[in-house]
Formats: sequence, C-alpha cells, structure tokens
Amino acid sequence: MSASTIAGFVGSGLVGLGLYALIVNPEPLKKLLAFNLIGSGVFLVFGLVARRGAVGAFLFDPVPQAMVITGIVVAFAASALAVALMLRLADESGCIALDPEGGTRLDDGAEDT
Amino acid sequence: MSLALTLFSALAIAAGVFFFLAGTVALLRFPDSLSRLHALTKADNLGLGLVVLGLLPRAGSPLAGLKLIVLWALVQLSSATVAQLIGAALRRQDVPE
Amino acid sequence: MTLFDALDLALAAIVLGVAAWTIAAREMFSAVVGYVAYGLLLAIVWVRLYAPDVALTEASIGSGVTGVLLVAASTRLRRLPAPDAPPGAALKIAAALLSVLVTGVLATAVLYLPNPAASLAPEADRHLAATGLGNAVTAVLIAYRSFDTMLEKVVLVLAVVGVWSVAPERFWGGQPAPLGPAAPDAALVFLARILAPIGVVIGVQMFWVGADDPGGAFQGGAILAAMWIIVMMARLTEPPPIGSGWLRLALISGPAVFLLVGVAGPYMAGSFFGYPVGFAKPLILFVEAFMVLSIGVTLPLLVAGPPSREAGQ
Repeated sequence: MSASTIAGFVGSGLVGLGLYALIVNPEPLKKLLAFNLIGSGVFLVFGLVARRGAVGAFLFDPVPQAMVITGIVVAFAASALAVALMLRLADESGCIALDPEGGTRLDDGAEDT
Repeated sequence: MSLALTLFSALAIAAGVFFFLAGTVALLRFPDSLSRLHALTKADNLGLGLVVLGLLPRAGSPLAGLKLIVLWALVQLSSATVAQLIGAALRRQDVPE
Repeated sequence: MTLFDALDLALAAIVLGVAAWTIAAREMFSAVVGYVAYGLLLAIVWVRLYAPDVALTEASIGSGVTGVLLVAASTRLRRLPAPDAPPGAALKIAAALLSVLVTGVLATAVLYLPNPAASLAPEADRHLAATGLGNAVTAVLIAYRSFDTMLEKVVLVLAVVGVWSVAPERFWGGQPAPLGPAAPDAALVFLARILAPIGVVIGVQMFWVGADDPGGAFQGGAILAAMWIIVMMARLTEPPPIGSGWLRLALISGPAVFLLVGVAGPYMAGSFFGYPVGFAKPLILFVEAFMVLSIGVTLPLLVAGPPSREAGQ
C-alpha cells in the first residue's frame, strides 16, 4: 500500500466526515468548515491520480496538480463569499442560523437598506 | 559524507525530536494555559534549532543552509510574537476590566 | 513495512483524527484552530505525494489565509446565540449511512483506478523546452491551460464583487472595518514592521523561482497578501476604501493583462492564447507578475470583507 493509495483513502474518509458534518451541524460556520473538508478530500483524490501518473522518469502528472492549485484558490474565494453572507445575515437577524425566521430573534431586524 | 557528520546530524535531530516530545508532554500535562505556553515556546524553539543544526551538514549548498537558518529565525520571531499575544489575552481574561 | 509506510499511516491517522476533532469541537473557535492545524498536516501529505507546489498553496492559502478569514468570522459570531436545535437521532443515523456509502464508493474507486494509469506527464514534458520553463506545473497553469487560469482570476474578481455587494447600499465606496484592535499589542506591531519587508522579498522570490522550481504566482501572491494582512492587523495601515481607483486597477490587472496577452496570441503566435516560441518565458513571467499583484490585492480584500463605513469618512 503506497503513500498515494493511503492518501486516496484519507481523501475518501475526509469526504465522508465532511458530508456527515455538513448535514448534521446546524451552525453555518461549522457547515463551511465541513464544506472545506469535503473539498480538501476531493483534492487528495486528485493528488492520488497525479501521483499514479508517474511514468518513466517523471515522478508525477502535473495536470491534476495544477487543477488542485486552482481548486484551492477558488475554494478560498467561495469561503470568503460564504463568510461575508453569513456575517451579514447574523448582523441582520441577531443570531447564528441559516434560517433566522425558524429560530428565536434578539432584535426586530432593524431595517438597513 | 563522512561518518562523523552523519552521526552529528542524527544526534542533533534526535535531540530536537526529544525536545519537541517534551513540549508536547508539557502541553498535555501542565495545569494552566500560561505554563503550557511557556513550555511550548521554549521547547519547540530549541527543538527546531537542534533539528536545523542537524540538517545543516546535509544541506545541498551554503545557500540552502542559509535558508534553513533564516527559516529558524523567522519561526522564532513569529512564535515569540504569538506567545506574547496569547499571554496578553490570557492576562486580560484573568483580570476582568 | 518500511519506515516511510509507517510514517504515511501515522500521518493519515493524524489527519483523519484532527479532521474528526474539528467537526466534533463544541466551540467555533476551537473548530477553526483545528482546521488550521489540519491544513498544515495536509501540506505534509502533499509533500509525500510529490506535489510541492500544491503543498505550498495548501499551507499558504488553504490553511493560512482561510484560517485568518475563519478566525475573524468566529470572533464576530461568538457572542451571538445559536437558536437551532441539534438534529435528532434519525437524521444523524441517515447522515452517517450516507457518509459511509459515499466514503465506500470513493474508496472502491481509488482501489479500481485503471492500471497502467493514464498520464499526461510525457506530453507535458515534450513541450516544456518550447515554453522555456522548468516547472511542469507552472507550464500547465500558464501555458497549456492558460485559459482556465485566466478564468480562475476572473472568478476571484467576481468573489470580491460578491463580498462587496453584501454591504448595505449607503456604505458602497467606503472602507471595510479595520482588521485589528484599536490599540494593537506592541509585539504585533513589532512583528509587522520586521516581517513585512522580509515577507515581500520571500513572496517575490517564490514567484520568480516558480518558473523552474516549486513555487509560482499563487504561492508568492499569497505570501504578499499575508504581509499586507498582518500590516493591517497591526493598524499600521487601514483597509483602503473600495471605491479607490488604484485598488480596482490592481484588482483587475491580473486577468486583464492575461486576457490581453491571450487575445494578442493570434497576431504573435497564430492561435488564441498562444505564445511565440522564442519569447514565451518573458511573456509568461510578465503575465505572472500581474497575477501576483492581483492575488496580493484580492486575498486581503476578501479577508477584510464588505465596507462598513460610508465613503469619505
């Protein structure tokens, strides 16, 4: 069992963990963390494919690695957008929930145009 | 590479790892945050210094060795700052304004 | 079992353990700290997968800048109540079954990957000399799949526009909130003053060296972004107003220069996004330099968030 296969299994495990946390945790920030875990698990599977692409004198296949680099940057951008939305929602509703109407509210939702 | 240098590298790296282990044990066993912080910064800096010292004979070129030393200096700088910041935050917690 | 196999198994166990701790942690701040540690451990896993460029990106952007973003978010959200009740046992069991199913399917796919593996490495290497680069990953990013990378830069600009547009209408054009406390600790100011010049040099060197060795525009740009973030955290400078001209110019310079070079491709080399054979490397470094500028400006803006004061205050 080589390093790359172990990494592939770790990636699958991370996707499973992240999926469980995404469904079960009600808080938005925890869901964002779980989403990032799923993403990094998928990237590890890409890394496995890149390492298995070692033919001849080459140690790795550069194309999946470039895709992972692109993916990490885009995942950060998506996380930043999610955090901005989350913070604005928390400011407006006064509590941390994806659906503030369903829970209790601290303030009346003072209008901000 | 000569046997003496290999032995020196192995000893230095082993000593560094021992200090890292000591720092981790302190993290788990010390009673409060300040003493844990103290142990972590001291032990980890010394551990990293010994590991870098052990890697210096194995560095490919003088430039690579210099990079290792710069690395150690940067980690010292940042961990010292972080220790100060965490200590200040802990003191703020203990002395409510 | 060799030493490296034992190391890999131990590393895998630690990574899964820290990930499990991250999702099980009660407090949000603990979970975020766990995520930063997880990102650094992942960087070591990437090194074991012979992917140093990805390891650099994961450590700097995936763990570092994302960590700053999440810590700032968890600090602001910490004092608010969370009224949602945790889900019942039925949902937990169903979610656990689904996760086990997905993990099983992925693990089976990992075991049954085609053997011999399909690989583009020989193809990538064949044309490497024509691009003048030594690092195959940089060649893939800027030469072979340059259109994808340019679109990714556009995605970053869109994310910044999205973050800015979350602000209330009257704050448009204003400054985001400061990143640090009103009276920053002297140690932090000292660190920012000493580290920022060193970090700029390291960031530029990482970008420059990325043509032939592990490194590149994303990694170097992330270091530059981190230096600007730490200077803003030490209150040595403030986040610029989002309406300022130079900021917006720096933001779009990366994708704009990339697109211009690509559109000039038909006149220089005969195809869209093509590079002329003798002049490829200088052109690639020229495009990458503007990418570094763009990334160094975009990442701190994404961390700073939407404007929270009116323009002109």
